[in-house]
Amino acid sequence: MLKAYATFAQIQHDLHSKKITCTALVKHYLANIESKKHLNVFLSVYADEALARAAVIDEKINRGNAGKLAGLVVGLKDVLCYENHPLQASSKILDGFVSQFNATAVQRLLDADAIIIGRQNCDEFAMGSSNENSAFGPTLNDIDNTRVPGGSSGGSAVAVMADMCQVSLGSDTGGSVRQPAAFCGIVGLKPTYSRISRHGLIAYGSSFDCIGIFSKNIEDAALVLEVIAGADEYDSTVSQTPVPAFSSLLSAASEKKYRIAYMRDTLQSPALQPEIKTAIEKSLDQLKLDGHSVAGIEFPLNEYVLPTYYILATAEASSNLSRYDGVRYGYRSPNTTDLESMYKKTRAEGFGKEVQRRILLGTYVLSASYYDAYYNQAQKVRRLIREKLKELLKEYDFIITPTTPTTAFKLGEHSTNPVEMYLADLFSVQANVAGLPAISLPLGTDKIGLPMGVQVMADDFEETKLFHFSKQLMNLA
Amino acid sequence: MDKRIQEKYEIVVGLEVHAQLLTKTKIYNSDAATFGGEANTHVGVITLAHPGTLPKLNKVVVEQAIKMGLACHSEISRHQVFDRKNYFYPDLPKGYQLTQDRTPICVGGHITIKTKVGNERKIELNRIHIEEDAGKSIHLEGQVDTLLDFNRAGVALIEIVTNPVIHTPEEAGAVFAEIRKLVRSLGICDGNMEEGSLRCDANVSVRLKGANALGKKVEIKNMNSVRNVQRAVIHEAERQIALLEKGEVIVSETRTFNADTGKTYGMRTKEELNDYRYFPDPDLSPLFVSEEWLQKIQAEMPILPQQMFEKFVTVYGLPKYDAHVLTESKELAFYFESVAQLTNRFKSISNWLMGPVKSYLNEVGKEIDQVGLRPDSLQKLIDLVESGKVSFAVAAQFVFPEVLKSSVEPLVIAQRLNLIQDSNADAILPVIKEVIKEFPLKVEEYKNGKKGIVAMFMGEVMKRTKGKADPKLANELLTNELSKINI
Repeated sequence: MLKAYATFAQIQHDLHSKKITCTALVKHYLANIESKKHLNVFLSVYADEALARAAVIDEKINRGNAGKLAGLVVGLKDVLCYENHPLQASSKILDGFVSQFNATAVQRLLDADAIIIGRQNCDEFAMGSSNENSAFGPTLNDIDNTRVPGGSSGGSAVAVMADMCQVSLGSDTGGSVRQPAAFCGIVGLKPTYSRISRHGLIAYGSSFDCIGIFSKNIEDAALVLEVIAGADEYDSTVSQTPVPAFSSLLSAASEKKYRIAYMRDTLQSPALQPEIKTAIEKSLDQLKLDGHSVAGIEFPLNEYVLPTYYILATAEASSNLSRYDGVRYGYRSPNTTDLESMYKKTRAEGFGKEVQRRILLGTYVLSASYYDAYYNQAQKVRRLIREKLKELLKEYDFIITPTTPTTAFKLGEHSTNPVEMYLADLFSVQANVAGLPAISLPLGTDKIGLPMGVQVMADDFEETKLFHFSKQLMNLA
Repeated sequence: MDKRIQEKYEIVVGLEVHAQLLTKTKIYNSDAATFGGEANTHVGVITLAHPGTLPKLNKVVVEQAIKMGLACHSEISRHQVFDRKNYFYPDLPKGYQLTQDRTPICVGGHITIKTKVGNERKIELNRIHIEEDAGKSIHLEGQVDTLLDFNRAGVALIEIVTNPVIHTPEEAGAVFAEIRKLVRSLGICDGNMEEGSLRCDANVSVRLKGANALGKKVEIKNMNSVRNVQRAVIHEAERQIALLEKGEVIVSETRTFNADTGKTYGMRTKEELNDYRYFPDPDLSPLFVSEEWLQKIQAEMPILPQQMFEKFVTVYGLPKYDAHVLTESKELAFYFESVAQLTNRFKSISNWLMGPVKSYLNEVGKEIDQVGLRPDSLQKLIDLVESGKVSFAVAAQFVFPEVLKSSVEPLVIAQRLNLIQDSNADAILPVIKEVIKEFPLKVEEYKNGKKGIVAMFMGEVMKRTKGKADPKLANELLTNELSKINI
């Protein structure tokens, strides 16, 4: 029986000193997956394949030609394409669909000798904050099985939390990596928009969508980002900005002092759970003691962030999800009589309620009579939000907020009121609206032992700085 | 319809012409863009809109669209975004078409047409924009299911939109024909209307002459030839005038033209149409056309039909009619130029191309570059005639078909077929004397002033020499002999 590894560096150390093998490691994760099946984390487990690949990589390690990520076992949210493997965004509408290609991020993981262990449950089409909107049923939080793990990448967060893999790749459109990371007490990174190619990521809101990384520590996130980020011929919107060697930059210890801002109104929000407020304030005090400058700032545009997000993301989603029409692949309703009924029944039966709600909302805001009032207006507000945040980030290195207003809530607690559910993304959405990199870091637990999270946001492409500071922040506690 | 009623109205037409671009690959992926091929063989994951796929713009498409814009004197947009046009149809894989709604690549400009009386008229363009083609839905007779072929889905198109400034069916046809000529000479579209490489829709309305407001417009689809564009406009205008005369209203709708009946039929009314919910595509970065790029494209522009026409008139000294016919087809014009490199008998080249060569091409339905007629063979044919060895008529009728069949020199062919003209007076004179002797009555008529009868004598001479007598020489000798006779 292997122990749970806190860092990938320890895994590599033990692999190279022959204490363990990839095969043993994969078996260890498979055993955890099996013993915690009730959490409903994995939609597919690629046990035989992962073991076969582990044997190949063990051989490479013996020969000394193994890749950078040899021994890293990764799980994929069910929105990432993995060639010849099922892919369905936790939706009935993609029943039976098998991807014919690898997402660029997945290809780069494989090229670096990582092992893919399975496909992880999530909210349907990444729409949700609790993982309850899955055609495969909810994923449960490992700390308290009556509670949600957050969403939409709930399965990916629980997998890392419960040691079913070392790292998961999720997607973050409005907080879908950071929010579940906070609920599960792990690290969740959403890099700068366009840092990682979206080729092979099922689209929700294209101008917000970001592949994100779940890990147990900063170093693992930095290493994985370094491998999967960067220019890609298949995505014309991906950034051409060079990708620094995050992991080696991070190994050089930094005691640099930073200028830190926190948003006053987020801490004074009545929606904020008091223990989270206390924990953040405590961190801020410690940072001050450590020699960083800490300032409270106002951000009057905050109240527009969530509406802006829900207008623009759903507008894009309504169009992005048009391809699921029952014509070429996936689910087609058996009860159709003509073309129109095929569309209507296929989509009514194939999509869940939340997805339908967002498609309808997005269709509405794009319709000719409302386009200017909603879509156009929201685009302008989005630009303002980004400009304002960029201005602030000239003055400050980082902006700190809670990741979520509360710790993990009960299953079914917000199921009847979608707006209540949307508030779970209140603090995380900002980074997506502005395209900025942000990370959620574990911040202890509340009085009933549920994990809390703190979010740090930086300027575009400042991930190196973000990692350095995150390490300092994690070392405070 | 009564002409007097028709003359009360003015027809207003605007055309929307879709031209499939001649790119090797599709507009947003590397699937082959070639026509034909077994159904669904040019269909990768991007064409089929698999989850997780993104478009990547083919830059050649932009260059070809800009070339059309430059040829039409349009303003080229430097900063462009691509828009999604959302609607559901089984042959539209993504559920939206990528097009340019707000920032067309070319704005304004004009196309010059020649009217019946030979005047030029500038037809203003509204815009030219880039978009992608859809797949094909195939409804087989007697089958309930619709079949889909996605080979065409994602093939690059430009849409050329004119302003509503066309006022006759002939003009509408001429604009379509001129666009075809332009895209072909630019080498950006093969102009093949049967295969659907070039398609034309027409927005037709009528109004009382002198009225300012435009009438209700009707969109006519599915016209695949210049003639059908004319026929459709004629029919649709008559239909609308008839309705107005009866005091009925015209419904804004889309109609399809049936070439068999020559009539248009209603498809759907505009009110039932989709709200396309255009919005900028977040998967394609905005496109910026730099000055350098534009200059590079400009430098690659081929000579255009209008410029070619002017060159044919001024440099080669051809009559306007000849220049017009020769520059109608890019292939023919280029061929003329390659023969003109070998001989400076430009009018002779023109006569050959417009006469025997063109009728042969029409007969076999091919272009000049597809029939293997070497420019130097044509030049030698011309020399053969000009040197007086073979008459034009004989060369065209007997030598030319052999030249097309083999690589044997025209002169050798003429010799083998025994067609070389006799330029020897000693050989021709006896025949002439013989003929004069045999037709004394005709000679009498000639002497009485009916000079035209000489043609009869020439015909006899040619017949008896089996066409080999040099006509010029024979004519001279004949006139001379006739003048010697005194009655």
